[in-house]
Amino acid sequence: MIIAEEKPIKEILAMIEGYDKIIMAGCKGCVTVCSTGGEKEVGILASALRLARQTQGKSLETKEITLERQCDTEYLEPLREIADSFPVVLSLACGAGIQFLAEKFRKLPILPAVNTQFIGVTEEQGVWTERCQACGNCVLDRTGGICPVARCSKSLFNGPCGGSKNGKCEIDSQVDCGWQLIYDRMKELGQLEKLEEPMPVKDWSTSRDGGPRKRVREDLKI
Amino acid sequence: MEDFEPIVIAFCCHYCAYTAADLAGTMRLQYPSNVRIIRLPCTGKVDVRHLLEAFEKGADGVYVAGCMEGDCHFLKGNFRAKKRVAWAKKILEEVGIGGDRLEMYNMSAAMGPRFAEVAREMTEKIRKLGPNPAKKAERKAHSAERKENDRPVQSAERAAHSAKV
Repeated sequence: MIIAEEKPIKEILAMIEGYDKIIMAGCKGCVTVCSTGGEKEVGILASALRLARQTQGKSLETKEITLERQCDTEYLEPLREIADSFPVVLSLACGAGIQFLAEKFRKLPILPAVNTQFIGVTEEQGVWTERCQACGNCVLDRTGGICPVARCSKSLFNGPCGGSKNGKCEIDSQVDCGWQLIYDRMKELGQLEKLEEPMPVKDWSTSRDGGPRKRVREDLKI
Repeated sequence: MEDFEPIVIAFCCHYCAYTAADLAGTMRLQYPSNVRIIRLPCTGKVDVRHLLEAFEKGADGVYVAGCMEGDCHFLKGNFRAKKRVAWAKKILEEVGIGGDRLEMYNMSAAMGPRFAEVAREMTEKIRKLGPNPAKKAERKAHSAERKENDRPVQSAERAAHSAKV
């Protein structure tokens, strides 16, 4: 899922400066799972912003609403009903959701309350780590299910590099060397010979490097 | 500046802190009436939202009182509460309320005197810190408004009155 982190409260307060009525829109999708933008986090942030304003002797009216998802048109209906009476929306969804709101509510400024970070997994409660960079051409069959693009800091396809030390990456001793992980896993699977064949230079045009991407399923279009 | 009586909210777990409070009562121990107790099944039930809401509703100080570490009736509830209190303290610091207005305490059900001591300690601490900045600012804004509105009316009224007399 998409992992995001909350922006510092000071940054958000600066963004909503001048507005005394805001809608705070959460999302029950990815940001709920990574405890950044779900109903609870919307409530906490709303409370914090109201308190901050009160300490300045000013007030803030907040309308809290948590949508099923902000990346599908049908799920934006509940917001449409209340949007007319507010001048701005502070969205806690991922970048995709925030942008979709901006497209579908053209007259409303939509402000981001979170920093969208990566596609990842829940390693344990409260800890999320990166696994996928959406490169558009998956090679996980050849690397024992471990991604060389996302988990190698240099995205090497024929690693490891000389900086791999004790299974850790040279950029940070807390970061695993992706290629050490791949080697260990391929050994566990008894597929080490697969690594002996060098992987060709990656065609990055399927990744973000090729420009904004689009996927279409003609059979599903109405 | 009028004498400030702080409002302190105490989230107490049923098994330890609330029972300690009960014991303090039975022992006829004196502690400030500023402390308003909210009973929970376990401090693990406390959510950051509750802590912030208490300040929004006008509390000057808040504390969470649970079982001794390792002795939580529900095993880890007080550890969860400890982490949430730490998180809420950070938020309160960032929004200008002050993280020191919120604390976590641990005590056993037998510690009636400790409950009274904590109640006194926290009330004095908050008394020294002064009223909740969110309330203070609102009061300042209100009194400034009132001063502006009252004076011309008063003098006009007085002039009219003395003219009549």
